[in-house]
Amino acid sequence: MTALPPFQALLDEHAADVMAVLRGAVGRADAEDCFQETFLAALRAYPMLSDDGNLRGWLLTIAYRKAIDHHRANGRRPTPIAEPDEMAGVTTEPEPDDGIWALVGALPPKQRAAVALRYACDLPHAEIAAALGCSPDAARRSLHEGIKRLRKELA
Amino acid sequence: MKASLEHLTERAAAEGLLDVAYATADSPFGSLLLATTPKGLVKVGLPDYDSEETLEDLAARVSPRVLEAPARLDDARRQLDLYFEGRLHEFDLPLDWQLSRGFRRRALRAIDRIPYGRTRNYTEIARSAGNERAVRAAGTACGSNPIPIVVPCHRVLRSSGGLGGYGGGLPMKEALLELERAEIH
Repeated sequence: MTALPPFQALLDEHAADVMAVLRGAVGRADAEDCFQETFLAALRAYPMLSDDGNLRGWLLTIAYRKAIDHHRANGRRPTPIAEPDEMAGVTTEPEPDDGIWALVGALPPKQRAAVALRYACDLPHAEIAAALGCSPDAARRSLHEGIKRLRKELA
Repeated sequence: MKASLEHLTERAAAEGLLDVAYATADSPFGSLLLATTPKGLVKVGLPDYDSEETLEDLAARVSPRVLEAPARLDDARRQLDLYFEGRLHEFDLPLDWQLSRGFRRRALRAIDRIPYGRTRNYTEIARSAGNERAVRAAGTACGSNPIPIVVPCHRVLRSSGGLGGYGGGLPMKEALLELERAEIH
């Protein structure tokens, strides 16, 4: 393999994408924490990395895991009293430069997580269900509702 | 995003994951690249050199955990500014010598002891490094100096009094010698 590039080069090239994906996956408020966790984990492992063929894929995989960790940790917390629709109002304001992920970030939490885990993290329904602490059917429904809503927004 | 990246750099440093911090610094000769390890200043890249290549070299030879972290180089930048203004005669910076070994490192340490405004020739450096006949090797050591300006290889001349060489170009070497001469007289 060729020598690993300076880690800064990975940040310069991929930090914005990782942030956008995380905003979609966990919402703007929690994306910052996941972003820090993602890059600290990457930095820890980086010198031992034996395959530099797809550094972007490697970073996004770490980001997906951090997003899943986040949802699992949230799943164990007491359910918020607010109804999902009330919560949707306090999540995020879409910003134009985030593109579709901004719209994903504005979905209600369950739908948002399902869409991000499915399409950003490429997880199967069973794993999305495990990450969200719900049944595979419920995960499928959240995903379906999320997609429907995105289609409407984009139409 | 900028705040996120700054925060990341701080946390990386706190967790001992910032092996090489770098920044650029202005100089009268153009932009310098400064790099430090937790041990000390490890590299000064002169204006004629490609920063990207220098960083790749540091990633390969020191550690790939290379991050832009200007705050870590504030002190070095401040001292260099004062030096270029003629107001600082001796750098007080921890140095990391890991990019030089053996005879070269001994030669560079000898160069590091040449006082401000003074010069030595390559033979004297070879002698200080433990091998008076290794004059050519002393010249190579100067040429490979990873920390120029701070380790003042510009103060090494030919025995004949000729300028010898300089990585940043002979006009830069001449200008540094001129600056130092002006300040001590």
